[in-house]
Amino acid sequence: MDAILETQGLSKQFLGFTAVGDVSLSVRRGSIHGLIGPNGAGKTTCFNLLTKFLPPTSGTIRFNGRDITRMKPAEVARLGLVRSFQISAVFPHLTVLENVRVALQRQRGGSFDFWRSDSVLRRFDARARDLLEDVGLTAFAQRAAGELPYGRKRALEIATTLALEPTMMLLDEPTAGMTAEDVDRIVTLVKRVAEGRTVLMVEHNLKVVEGLCDTITVLTRGRILAEGPYAEVSRNPEVIAAYLGTDPSITGAAAHG
Amino acid sequence: MAGQATAFTATAQQSPGLPGLAALGFNRAQSIAFLLLLGLLLVGPFVLYPVFLMKLLCFALFACAFNLLIGYVGLLSFGHAMFFGMGGYVTAHAAKVWGLTPELAILAGGAVGAVLGVVAGWIAIRRQGIYFAMITLALAQMIFFVCLQAPFTGGEDGIQSVPRGALLGVFSLAQDMSLYWVVAAVFLAGFLLINRIIHSPFGQVLTAIRENEPRAISLGYRVDDYKLMAFTLSATLAGIAGGTKALVFGIATLTDVYWAMSGEVVLMTLVGGLGTVFGPVLGAAVIVSMQNYLAEFGAWVTVIQGCIFVACVLAFRAGIAGQLGRWLRVRL
Repeated sequence: MDAILETQGLSKQFLGFTAVGDVSLSVRRGSIHGLIGPNGAGKTTCFNLLTKFLPPTSGTIRFNGRDITRMKPAEVARLGLVRSFQISAVFPHLTVLENVRVALQRQRGGSFDFWRSDSVLRRFDARARDLLEDVGLTAFAQRAAGELPYGRKRALEIATTLALEPTMMLLDEPTAGMTAEDVDRIVTLVKRVAEGRTVLMVEHNLKVVEGLCDTITVLTRGRILAEGPYAEVSRNPEVIAAYLGTDPSITGAAAHG
Repeated sequence: MAGQATAFTATAQQSPGLPGLAALGFNRAQSIAFLLLLGLLLVGPFVLYPVFLMKLLCFALFACAFNLLIGYVGLLSFGHAMFFGMGGYVTAHAAKVWGLTPELAILAGGAVGAVLGVVAGWIAIRRQGIYFAMITLALAQMIFFVCLQAPFTGGEDGIQSVPRGALLGVFSLAQDMSLYWVVAAVFLAGFLLINRIIHSPFGQVLTAIRENEPRAISLGYRVDDYKLMAFTLSATLAGIAGGTKALVFGIATLTDVYWAMSGEVVLMTLVGGLGTVFGPVLGAAVIVSMQNYLAEFGAWVTVIQGCIFVACVLAFRAGIAGQLGRWLRVRL
């Protein structure tokens, strides 16, 4: 299997509490991989470890064959492994267009030229508009990002992430807190932008997972419980048991907390 | 940082600026305010006492430099007196002992601000919020102690009777009016430079960091490098402001490195309007005027200042420029 992201024995302890223990995860290039599990299973911790926002206690992480275990988050982003956040991460007082442009601006390398007018950034406007069109935000281009409704903010976040042309996207609960109609829009969007990339997503909404993911990994108490295609994993008795405590309707469509 | 978001008006749509001034990054309201400021700079010395105006301009530049950090990066430095005061000492020393011309002496003040800024910034930006503020305060106190003990600062006496010298070695600045134009030019250059920084590719990244630091990191920006750069620029300009002030009064003393001076610049920026282009200038004008014209009340000035500060925080947290901008629905 051609794995783009691989972890070996990844662990994170907080004051002796093992939030993530011995996780060996392997994400196939070009796939959409789902990371699910009941509350407190360590999904978000795992996510923060992969994007280097948390240092692991032990274990290694390899991305595209490179050991990224000791890298800083900004360096990992530069390698093409770009994350989103659970709470919508936009720059609220910048316009929607500027939000995307800040990401495109990374193509210049460092932007330490404080003596130059920001009109040099206008060359990114066209590309930014393309990206906004992709996610259906053209009409909002000149609005402050903070004014957008929640679902649109998530769309903007995805456009901003795409601006970096990432090889792999890590999406932290892309549909959390959304209305049903927003969920559909995001699902379509993720499916479309995943073309030619790899996506790893933490997701609570099992319907979304079922519809999107090629492979899913189930975490409970910081450890991997099961891995495989949705159809297979959802029949796994251990997985059903793990979910029963919080939500019996794993085979149903409802999101759970 | 608490309350900072209030200063930025929600309207992101920029009205197009006046031709010419738009190139400086000003919107229409800012262009008008800028022309007004230019007018005041030109007329001011014929109406008001030039030395008072020069003092005001030095503090205005200081406050603008401080605002670059708090308003556009979200970093609250509580030790900016170290750059201001040290800039003053070095300029005074350069003019008096080394016999440098005033423009070189002021540049020396800026240079020491830059060097101190790199060192202090490198240490302080590793922490955030209140810890950042405390580290800058601690470093400033260390600089205060150095200034108290080092032989070249003259201890409690400070450096006195600093010669104003002659600009480029040619034009004597002994007259208040001649010096005024130099000070006005220094202020204007600093003010426009800050405005350019805000409206540069670099400034765009700074804004992103202020708005959402983790997101800026996740986009691949090494935010510490940007913060250090901004810190150094701010410190340099604070050094230039302090140096200019030392030339104006012909004296550099401990007052300007004392922690109260760090507090004063916070006050000026807050009263004027954090994160606004013109706010710090207004804030400096209000505070310096109060200190000058209420001087007869003695210690009561501090009490009055305190009341104004409380009133500001309670009634219009966005500061004078911020509140004015809200009423007029523009960004100042």
